[in-house]
Amino acid sequence: MRLHTTGTAVGFKRPIVARVVTGPVPVEERKDTALLIDSLGQDNDLSGYSALIVRNSVTRRVGVPLMHSVRTIDHLSSGHVVALEPMNGFIRTLYRPDSYHNTLFVTERCNSNCLMCSQPPADKDDIAALTERNLRLIDFISPESEYLCITGGEPTLLGDNLLRIVAKLRDKLPMTHVHMLTNGRRFAWQEFTRSFAELKHPSISLGIPLYADDAHLHDYIVQARHAFDQTILGLHELARHEMEIEIRIVLHALSVPRLTRLSEYICRNVTFAHHVSFMGMEHIGHAPRNMQELWIDPADYQSELERAITVLGRFGIEARIYNLQLCVLDPRLWKFSKQAISDWKNVYKPICTDCAVRGRCGGFFQWATEMQSRSIHAIKSA
Amino acid sequence: MDYRLLPFRFHRLDQQTEILVNECGEFVIVPSGTTERVVRKRLTPDEELYGTLIAKHFIYDDYSSPLLDVLAAKYRTKFGFLYGSTKLHIFVVTLRCDHSCHYCQVSRQTVNQTEFDMSEEIATAAVDMMLRSPAKHITLELQGGEPLLAFERIKYIVSIAKSGAKKLHKDLEVVITSNLAFLSDEILDYCKKEKIKLSTSLDGPEFIHNANRPRPGGNSYEVTIEGIERARRALGSSRVAALMTTTQLSLQHPIEIIDEYVRRSFHTIFLRPISPYGFAIKTSHRTGYDTDSFLQFYKTGLDHILELNRKGYSLVEIYSRILLQKILLPEGTGYVDLQSPSGAGLSVLVYNYDGDVYATDESRMLAEMNDHTFRLGNVLKNSRREIFTSPAFVSLLGAACNQSLPGCSDCAFQPYCGSDPIFHHATQRDLLGHRPTSAFCRRNMKVIEHLFHLLRTADSAVQDILWGWATDRNLAEVRASLPQ
Repeated sequence: MRLHTTGTAVGFKRPIVARVVTGPVPVEERKDTALLIDSLGQDNDLSGYSALIVRNSVTRRVGVPLMHSVRTIDHLSSGHVVALEPMNGFIRTLYRPDSYHNTLFVTERCNSNCLMCSQPPADKDDIAALTERNLRLIDFISPESEYLCITGGEPTLLGDNLLRIVAKLRDKLPMTHVHMLTNGRRFAWQEFTRSFAELKHPSISLGIPLYADDAHLHDYIVQARHAFDQTILGLHELARHEMEIEIRIVLHALSVPRLTRLSEYICRNVTFAHHVSFMGMEHIGHAPRNMQELWIDPADYQSELERAITVLGRFGIEARIYNLQLCVLDPRLWKFSKQAISDWKNVYKPICTDCAVRGRCGGFFQWATEMQSRSIHAIKSA
Repeated sequence: MDYRLLPFRFHRLDQQTEILVNECGEFVIVPSGTTERVVRKRLTPDEELYGTLIAKHFIYDDYSSPLLDVLAAKYRTKFGFLYGSTKLHIFVVTLRCDHSCHYCQVSRQTVNQTEFDMSEEIATAAVDMMLRSPAKHITLELQGGEPLLAFERIKYIVSIAKSGAKKLHKDLEVVITSNLAFLSDEILDYCKKEKIKLSTSLDGPEFIHNANRPRPGGNSYEVTIEGIERARRALGSSRVAALMTTTQLSLQHPIEIIDEYVRRSFHTIFLRPISPYGFAIKTSHRTGYDTDSFLQFYKTGLDHILELNRKGYSLVEIYSRILLQKILLPEGTGYVDLQSPSGAGLSVLVYNYDGDVYATDESRMLAEMNDHTFRLGNVLKNSRREIFTSPAFVSLLGAACNQSLPGCSDCAFQPYCGSDPIFHHATQRDLLGHRPTSAFCRRNMKVIEHLFHLLRTADSAVQDILWGWATDRNLAEVRASLPQ
């Protein structure tokens, strides 16, 4: 699934956020829309559109912001919301109404630097610009949208800007459940957590990673001193305000050995967790560079995973498994498997063609081709 | 790296293993000799145990802050049951009873002696004192004697308690503890209308029940079973409970008693030891027994109950559940006889028919035998403040915390156990008690050890059942959340 393309930007200096239409609309409906067409005819009436996106080359002046000579437009449909960047000609798809996996990407910055990060942080001063773009984007999202994810980078680094975004989501999209991926460290500060909780968003949950019960090990994995203490204190502050919490555990050679201990720790210290998600590692970002230290064939940690899930299940905390193919998972664990690798990431391999349970399987990440479990195979019958 | 110790206690489980338990009841089970290594600072950071002990708050080092706020939060959670003051209020509506049970904890009066009923004046004052408890949720338990012999008084108490609770925005739950012999349609209609629960005694199959609970006609079993069935039809099964008292006769028949509970479709059973009070002391040659006999009864019974659960019949043993919750869960459990501080007065108050206020029902039994040590005052003469500052209550409180009792203060099982000053006063004539000869101590030590033995060595089905008891789920529900 493609989420960006490039073209040649003409006639605008600030980024434009607009909803795509694929055919002409009456003048009164053109506000905030970008007309997407293959080529520009002589008789096109373009007044009132926010922008024009043309696949072919356009050489004449058109009087509205223009993106032409676009590499590909096949992934864009009517109703998509796009951001057009004047500086580099990027056309980013920000929102697709037909998808369950829409995100607000809020910053590339992060105060941790996890060894297996799939989206390595960049020290860019991007917060002001991205906040404006996201606040604008919220105006375009249908109030009937079920789900929206806030991600980065580390969203809490936005400080007050995060509060502005969540307040706007609360006011404009009260029916849309918001899930925010955060390392939770900033919530150790009571004042920030109180401000966040006092927004009283009607339906928000936080996905917070915990990689070990042992502070030394967790801090090593996230490459940040005292991150563990901050995250734990943050979790407790959030619990005090009854925020809904998902604990996220990425499975790799460093986290697997203490997995059962981590489950026990959660049952005693994070009892308020709504559920715990165990996730197969993504082979992108930092992960490939640290593969020597991180790689463990998922086939080799099935018993640890089963033990860790048993601890949670006996205590009564729900476990979920993401990003692990059914042929790799012990069949006893299938019931925990969720099919939610974002739809723009997952693909199937040729070997999957004959698989009887392909329809229930999350498949692979587009980029997960290098390291692969020896267990990958087509399952003959369900 | 140097590390430092946080408070914990330890205990040898067997020749090969010892257990370390911290202030919040978190534990690690380790090979013998480990405690000494930990205390002598011989643990090294590359050991798996090192990280575990840091994570469970047994030790901390220069890098890992002790996260004392988190430890404090866990401690607060453990003692959360103390918030809200006295929740259970027992009204002894009358001393009259048709039964003459050997173990009965009151000196009961015969059926026509109405001078042993609670008067309206005393009932009004007692309800007023009950409602002055800061507790938001209050349970009013009406007992006797046989309280249904004073049904008109029950109606009066319930009506003023309900209107009072409503004014004060408190939740009020009403339970009548009865032998069900006088259960009329009128009474059942009333209980249904007022959403009152019934609790009764069922000591086992007919031969045990009738031997334990004599009444004119010798038909207590028949009357009780009929009462249970009628009450269930009228009120629903969830509103009818039964409790069992273990006598010397019972000790030889754990299986039969449990099977009787299954036959009657009960899903909880409480393998309770007899209280050393009231007639139970006078008649100890008939009802009394030593702790080890009870432990044998408990273990045999528990094995049988676990087997029933394994086969698909959900039956919870309450004594084990109370302890398992303390061992396995972060929350504490406020069970009056097994908590610290002791629940006497703090969690329960008893209002006798004559207006005297006692810390527990057992305190009232002692008074019936002329030991008034735990009489805290009288509802007509004393205010709530006077009750809670009475010398009797203050001295009781002084012995209420096992954290500071000799023999308990350094016991590894302290966070799971309780203190029972009234028991020790009754059995050892000493509020603090002498632990090496205390039946309370021996019984709880052995039961806790047995539960740890099961948690360590039992197969996964038993583990699932025990966890289910602690978390209030049946085996099928637990398994739904486990790999399979």
